[in-house]
Amino acid sequence: MAKKLTVSASPHVRSSETSTGIMLDVIISLVPALVMACVYFGTRALALTAVCVGTAVLSEWLARKVMKRNNTIGDLSAVVTGLILAFNLPATLPFWMAAIGSVIAIVVVKQMFGGIGQNFVNPAITARIILMMSFPAAMAKWILPMESAWSPDAVTGATPMATLANVTGGDVSAVEGLPTLTQMLLGMHGGSMGEVCTVALLAGALYLLLRRVISPAIPFSFIGTVAVCMLFAGKFNLSFVAYELLGGGLMLGAFFMATDYTTSPLTRNGRIIFGIGCGLITSVIRLFGSLPEGVSFSIILMNILVPHIERLTTAKPFGFVKEKKEKKEKEAAKA
Amino acid sequence: MAEKKSLFKEFSKGIVIENPVLRLVLGTCPTLATTTSVQSALGMGLAASIVLVCSNIVISALRKVIPSKVRIPAYIVVIASFVTVVQMLVKAFTPELDEQLGVYLPLIVVNCIILGRAEAFAGKNPVLASAVDGLGMGVGFTAALFLMSSVREILGAGSFYGISIPLLSNNPMLIFILPPGGFFVFGLLMAVVNRLAESRGKPRAELRGCEACPMNGTCKLHNEGTIAPPQETKGEVSAS
Repeated sequence: MAKKLTVSASPHVRSSETSTGIMLDVIISLVPALVMACVYFGTRALALTAVCVGTAVLSEWLARKVMKRNNTIGDLSAVVTGLILAFNLPATLPFWMAAIGSVIAIVVVKQMFGGIGQNFVNPAITARIILMMSFPAAMAKWILPMESAWSPDAVTGATPMATLANVTGGDVSAVEGLPTLTQMLLGMHGGSMGEVCTVALLAGALYLLLRRVISPAIPFSFIGTVAVCMLFAGKFNLSFVAYELLGGGLMLGAFFMATDYTTSPLTRNGRIIFGIGCGLITSVIRLFGSLPEGVSFSIILMNILVPHIERLTTAKPFGFVKEKKEKKEKEAAKA
Repeated sequence: MAEKKSLFKEFSKGIVIENPVLRLVLGTCPTLATTTSVQSALGMGLAASIVLVCSNIVISALRKVIPSKVRIPAYIVVIASFVTVVQMLVKAFTPELDEQLGVYLPLIVVNCIILGRAEAFAGKNPVLASAVDGLGMGVGFTAALFLMSSVREILGAGSFYGISIPLLSNNPMLIFILPPGGFFVFGLLMAVVNRLAESRGKPRAELRGCEACPMNGTCKLHNEGTIAPPQETKGEVSAS
């Protein structure tokens, strides 16, 4: 009898979920998009991804070693960061630039702020933005998938987002050079390695949703807000909305990057506000900004607002009464 | 406050231990804006140092004449006259530098290193000590700007003092000469100098809000509500 009674400090109920398990789920969900990236952009896509992941893990290990902290590469979060960063890069990017991106993501954004769970912005997105600002030419060199990727002299082409920026009033048929919607869905257009194949991304996202790794609040409010904004901007032209939703990094951003645990709100209402904010900023940048795509900037900007969103949406304890009125009255009485 | 210290100490404290940019966190705006190239950073550092030394001398000499109630306007008049002199000289002899520095040259008037040293040191100390203090602070300011601009120009433009470096100049990381890169290098340099100062037993520099401000002593009265809030003073400090 005495042996069955365990005396211990709380918590007494533990979940079987671990950081490693969650990260493993995310890696599994990213595999279809990775496979499609290799099909479309050839072995170079695989090599670039390997460079990103390898550098991310190595720099995490080194950073922890230098900072004399316990090593955390076992939680696989560096692998996820490396993978997502690779998905955000064009397949033509020189390897050393990708490696710099990984080092920035892991050392500067993550470890300098204390490691996993401590960073205030998404490491992969920050690295992508820094690379974009540092090497604008190399980061915008998109090759068209399939037809040219396997041959040494690849053809570069504009992304659908750059073409869409020329569309006025939602009349998609007026501009030339846009792929068909089926091509958009399958990923037969220029873009970052991991963002082109929407079907593969959606399959991964479905896996994450079913496994309850991510909550649907952020991605759906994010994508929904973009859809509504584009509906009005495109004068209710549905195919314009479809292009806007399928093009660029929206699916990748909404399902895999905006839902990062560390940098998104904990509360449900907070998540919806976060998603709507991301959607609004994305739409504003796409419609009025000088850049064709704004998903990464919208996520990083909303990441910074997360503490404030959480403060606004914290649930009040039952029976909680505001103290403000009494204080004011007292002050008035004093004066 | 520091009359017993030797002159050498007054000079050397400005370089690391009380470095105006990296330890006192003053004059951040010109620091971030002019360190995109070594040339403009050195120009800015020299111009500000000259103004700092001259204004420290004059303010220290006049410290018993200036009534304390109007000392800030009086300081500004002194500083502004020296800035005007320096600006005219720069315009006449190095028009390129004037173009590079642009609006930041006349803005030395509201540089809070200069006003801060006038308030914290020159207004209370004899002429020689004030001159040495100004010189030390000026050297510290210039050294900090030189370090920061070297890192930013080498990494961000692949050149040093306008001379391009092979290999690096092929694909420079542009972000280093953009504002975010400036903040990044600034933070890292502050960390390094903090470490240096800590090893000599000094506390690390932190943004301590009002305490870090050179106006803290006089401003405290405002915070306690004895006098109306000092809007103008605040504007001056945050502008530089």
